[in-house]
Amino acid sequence: MTLNRRAFIGSGAAAAAMLSAPMLKAQGKPRVVVVGGGAGGATAARYLAKDSDGAIDVTLVEPTRAYYTCFFSNLYIGGFRELSSIGHSYGTLASEYGINVVHDWAVGIDRDAKTVTLAGGAVLPYDRLILSPGIDFIDDAVPGWSVAAQNKMPHAYKAGSQSELLKAQIEAMPEGGRFAMVAPPNPFRCPPGPYERISMVAHLLKEINPTAKILIADPKEKFSKQALFEEGWQKHYSGMIERIGPDFGGGNVSVDPDAMTLNIDGTVEKVDVCNVIPAQKAGRICDMAGITEGNWAPVVPATMQSRMDENIHVLGDATSQGDMPKSGFSANSQAKVAAMAVRGALIGSKVFPAKFSNTCWSLIDTDDGVKVGASYEATEEKISKVDGFISDTGEDAALRKATYEESIGWYAGITEDMFG
Amino acid sequence: MIRTYGRFAAGLAALILSAASAGAEAIGDPERGEELFGMCSGCHEVGKGAENGIGPHLNGIFGRKAASVAEGFRYSDGLRRAGADGLVWHLDKLDAYLENPKALVSATRMSFDGLEDPQERADILAYLRRYSANPQNIPEADPTARPREVELAPEVLALVGDEEYGEYLSSECKICHQADGNDEGIPSITNWPEDDFVVAMHAYKRKLRPHPVMQMMAGRLSDEEIAALAAYFQSIE
Repeated sequence: MTLNRRAFIGSGAAAAAMLSAPMLKAQGKPRVVVVGGGAGGATAARYLAKDSDGAIDVTLVEPTRAYYTCFFSNLYIGGFRELSSIGHSYGTLASEYGINVVHDWAVGIDRDAKTVTLAGGAVLPYDRLILSPGIDFIDDAVPGWSVAAQNKMPHAYKAGSQSELLKAQIEAMPEGGRFAMVAPPNPFRCPPGPYERISMVAHLLKEINPTAKILIADPKEKFSKQALFEEGWQKHYSGMIERIGPDFGGGNVSVDPDAMTLNIDGTVEKVDVCNVIPAQKAGRICDMAGITEGNWAPVVPATMQSRMDENIHVLGDATSQGDMPKSGFSANSQAKVAAMAVRGALIGSKVFPAKFSNTCWSLIDTDDGVKVGASYEATEEKISKVDGFISDTGEDAALRKATYEESIGWYAGITEDMFG
Repeated sequence: MIRTYGRFAAGLAALILSAASAGAEAIGDPERGEELFGMCSGCHEVGKGAENGIGPHLNGIFGRKAASVAEGFRYSDGLRRAGADGLVWHLDKLDAYLENPKALVSATRMSFDGLEDPQERADILAYLRRYSANPQNIPEADPTARPREVELAPEVLALVGDEEYGEYLSSECKICHQADGNDEGIPSITNWPEDDFVVAMHAYKRKLRPHPVMQMMAGRLSDEEIAALAAYFQSIE
């Protein structure tokens, strides 16, 4: 079959029809199956459908009907957004773009037969498969915690009901109570995410429970936008936030969800809310497909093809690709490169040099936004950073407000780019 | 299709390249500038007792943040946004603004077509420079002279854009700029006139416009790529 796959790459759509399942032959169009409807998958599906004018049959597999973006879910926790404002449906992708949207779990991939099996029993043949499953948590990364404990100690690192639960728990804290976060080790989804969350939790507590305290156990020496966050915490939430880094045992943490305690390097702390963000790995469908190396799926930078299987492209948080952070912006950027490569391979459309970019905005307090970003290019070895910028400490209020307003514009832009 | 994105970008490039060349000269002739300022004085006052008119007064304009010079003056949203993003009126910015106001601020309220002749701009700026502070003990004060300029070959700016390439490149714009033209927080780029687009991209690329994301995005676009984007955006009008 390996030989056949190679032949397919060389000779395009005609060969695809010959080698694939009878269903496909009857239809006569190359088929792309996209697994995961987030910033990578939804964007890839939309761009494939939009730019191929019906020449490619696009199926998007996503278990949830209402998708809640992880980006801006911290703003929901802080009270700056309604949960409904970060929820999106796939209706437009189906009705306007002709994408076959299937709400189901992908539970198996047969790389030789080139099929995806769904939990409901359906088997989807593909010529190219795009996997954009996001993250899963590494078992036992935080001793005492497992997904079974996520209602007592929420991760809220996949948005939706977990975000709601975490916010409700914070609102129910006793006066002067304590919120704890177990921060994840590198690499993980959204590098500034845990620290924006701390800012938003502090903002909420300052309003409803100003004597409450925040404790962070962090295995990392340094974190994204650290100087900006620490300056902001000092300015807005002085005396409220304590971070225990690896020097003081922040990397040696276990939890007891029933007792609501965490043990930081031998010291037991009783807390009222405990947000555990465990160490992460590629969404498990990548493991099932056998395309991971360590915790992530390595990809060819110029096309986002898996290094293990040229018929599979992998996007976003699940990949190991080089310098880009795991972010929605990055996944969206990678999706466009992959969609272009897939169109080039299946219907012979023009392929241009890959360009990638990323910008991450974070909100520290009302009208106090900061950002970091960079541009990237594909080299043989990895996606390499070309140029970048970061907000400065000490910026004036007008610039910080403009930065926050810009993030609102970006949210509207990227979600329109994903969902149509 | 061959288009020439003429005078603005050429002049701009010359200004940038000039940093490498030796020797300095006065900004221009302030006496002649005073005469030329006649074309500005319908809207702007400068000098002792100057007040806001249709446009803000121009005392102290050098080294000041955009949209901040005159208290109580109602600036355009675009100019305020540029000010918030960090646009400060130094010589190079003022020169670019006089050459084509839309290069720096697309929706500026200053209804002025631009002044093509670099010497005339230099003379006006030399005149205005008189009415900005000139402290001897602050080395970072605005210069009153500038290095000699060198010429840039104009063919760099006469390019044919590949529409299809432009369409691919434009997908990067759409992560932030909404396709439906909404401009909350981030300006709309829908139906942006092609010439304005090109001068704006070159201004970001050369860091005359202040925004760091746009400086980064435009900074890695070649002249050909800017032309391709312009061709694409024109094709969807």
